[in-house]
Amino acid sequence: VSATVGQMALAGLLGIPAFGALLLAAIPRYRIAAALNVTLCALTLASAAALYWQRPEPSLYLLVDDVNTVFLFVGSLVGFSTSVFSAGYIAHELQTRRLKPRDLRFYHAMYQMLMFAMNLALVSNNIGLMWVAIELATLTTVMMVGIYRTNAALEAAWKYFILGSVGIALALFGTILVYLAAQERLGQGMLAMAWDRIVARSDSFDPSLLNLSFVFLLLGYGTKVGLVPVHAWLPDAHAEGPTPISAVLSGLLLNVALFALLRFKLIMAGNPHVLSPGPMMVTMGLASLVFAGFMIYRRRDIKRMFAYSSIEHMGIITLAFGLGGPLASFAGLLHMTMHSLTKSAIFFGVGYISQLEGTQRIADIRGLTSSQPLLGWLLVVSCVAIAGLPPFGVFTSEFLLVTSTFARAPWLAILLVIGLLIAFSALATRLHGLAFGDTDKQHALSAWRLAPMTLHLLLVAAAGVYLPAPIVAWFRHVASQLG
Amino acid sequence: MSPLQTDIAHLLAGSMVLMSFLLLYQDRMFALLNVFALHACVLACSVGWQAYQQRAPHLFITALIALVFKGVIIPVALRRIVVQLGIHRTIETVVSIGPTMLFGIALVGLSIVVMLPVTQAEGAFVREDLAFALSVVLLGFLMMVTRRNAVSQVIGFMSLENGLVLAASGARGMPLVVEISVGFSVLIAFIVVGIFLFRIRERFDTVDLQALDMSRGESM
Repeated sequence: VSATVGQMALAGLLGIPAFGALLLAAIPRYRIAAALNVTLCALTLASAAALYWQRPEPSLYLLVDDVNTVFLFVGSLVGFSTSVFSAGYIAHELQTRRLKPRDLRFYHAMYQMLMFAMNLALVSNNIGLMWVAIELATLTTVMMVGIYRTNAALEAAWKYFILGSVGIALALFGTILVYLAAQERLGQGMLAMAWDRIVARSDSFDPSLLNLSFVFLLLGYGTKVGLVPVHAWLPDAHAEGPTPISAVLSGLLLNVALFALLRFKLIMAGNPHVLSPGPMMVTMGLASLVFAGFMIYRRRDIKRMFAYSSIEHMGIITLAFGLGGPLASFAGLLHMTMHSLTKSAIFFGVGYISQLEGTQRIADIRGLTSSQPLLGWLLVVSCVAIAGLPPFGVFTSEFLLVTSTFARAPWLAILLVIGLLIAFSALATRLHGLAFGDTDKQHALSAWRLAPMTLHLLLVAAAGVYLPAPIVAWFRHVASQLG
Repeated sequence: MSPLQTDIAHLLAGSMVLMSFLLLYQDRMFALLNVFALHACVLACSVGWQAYQQRAPHLFITALIALVFKGVIIPVALRRIVVQLGIHRTIETVVSIGPTMLFGIALVGLSIVVMLPVTQAEGAFVREDLAFALSVVLLGFLMMVTRRNAVSQVIGFMSLENGLVLAASGARGMPLVVEISVGFSVLIAFIVVGIFLFRIRERFDTVDLQALDMSRGESM
């Protein structure tokens, strides 16, 4: 019975968004479409939750294991709350004529398509299928980034497209090399592309081929994660697209690319003769952290600033997984979850801020706590959370990471702390004017629209104060599998 | 496999590297498109030969896609775009041709140095094929980096992608090659439509990417 329930959940996870994309493309009324979008995302979330208890048998193409259930659940949760936020956001965009009803039909279809592509990338057991799914996710987000059709939006979409395609191309070359290494032992054909078979036998693969493949995969999928020096598309794509898409990019797509990287890291970890992938990931992660920290100082655009903050946090997560070991991997996994929730909450807030103020320029946005107190204070709280201050979950994960780094590589921990402090002070400087500057404006915003943001922040605060034992056990189990 | 068969495979893969070099020094738009069409045709021959050698009929589909889509449809579509946008003039490069060619030679050397020792265990057939494929990929990168014009960047990307298809077809019995080449074709179709849309919306006076940089949010 359990396997059947698992099969149904898996079918729902992929089928609901795929069907939803077709359905929403056919519905012209945007109110109905937005409501349906929320419903479909809720159903997808239910399927993802069901997979936690009931897993289907793995096949050559699809696999549900301990690791991807975490990613699936976090992803579907962020996808669901973003769809709720998006319903309120697009109504305003329609009023201000930035988007037309026809654009929204396309937008909703693409939103479900993106959910489908990301779920497929997460559950695929075939490294070729995973690549195809990530390419599909790239394509759908490119089209959504360019949806406003302004100069800046088209440029951002073009840049994202070209850099994303190059990254995808590199990842494919790496995938081909992994297949070549695998087919010597597993024989030609589909078996040599099945991830679970490859991991089980990777100890007997040719180490030099694996080494080379990982370099390509790290650069290729690293582009999608937004790691320095291949991050250039990320700030533009976040700044110029619709804000729900910025939330989904930061909260979801970056994680999916990181997940792909982790799958290949596990293949490498199974072979004792290869270069350790850890130091490469640590280096890129640290570079992203420090670089993005400095870049936050100089931003003038509020969405761009938080996009750099995403680069910073993806750097921290990559560093944690690169460091490896039960504690650091646990910290990485927790940080990934907390970052997804917090950063999407921030983008929910920033979306409303830019709509109310009519600008994304930081210098023109002042005194939010007096012009729209609830929104302003939620922004303050979420910035405190993302900067890694207690009592929020981001603090817990960063603290765990710093302590485990201190125990193993003190000099690395010093660099890590410096990077964290740079980003923290940059955010604090910017936040002061945004939240507490002088203003005589008053904005009206109904409180229920801030529900998704509040919910995310409550979850993050709850995780910081008390992490329930089942979740700790679950994450610890997953971290032990991540090596 | 007889030496002659391996030699033919090498000849075809080597010709692709040569075509990539030809792409690097074109300074006229139409000439660039013609050379790219030739690049795709050589790819089609190479993949077709692999299909025949490996007794893998599905690779013939990949070869056919390369021939029809990338050898004919895309160059024709791009040519129409170039005429409509009135950009059939010389191509601006970031780095001049001479240093670019030298750098390209260095990249081919690099890919041989990297690939040959790594694929020692494979047969000569796969080994050199991969080295050639990596050269084509790297030369495609070089072209994308050294060109400012959107159309020639796209051509650079497509030549890069041809290198990937070459690598995938050379990897013995790799599944999903056809699906991947279809996926890439969709990607390229979107890029081409994208260029066209830029113009249809009449937001840009030029498809020169430097002009795009002006509109960035940072330079406010």
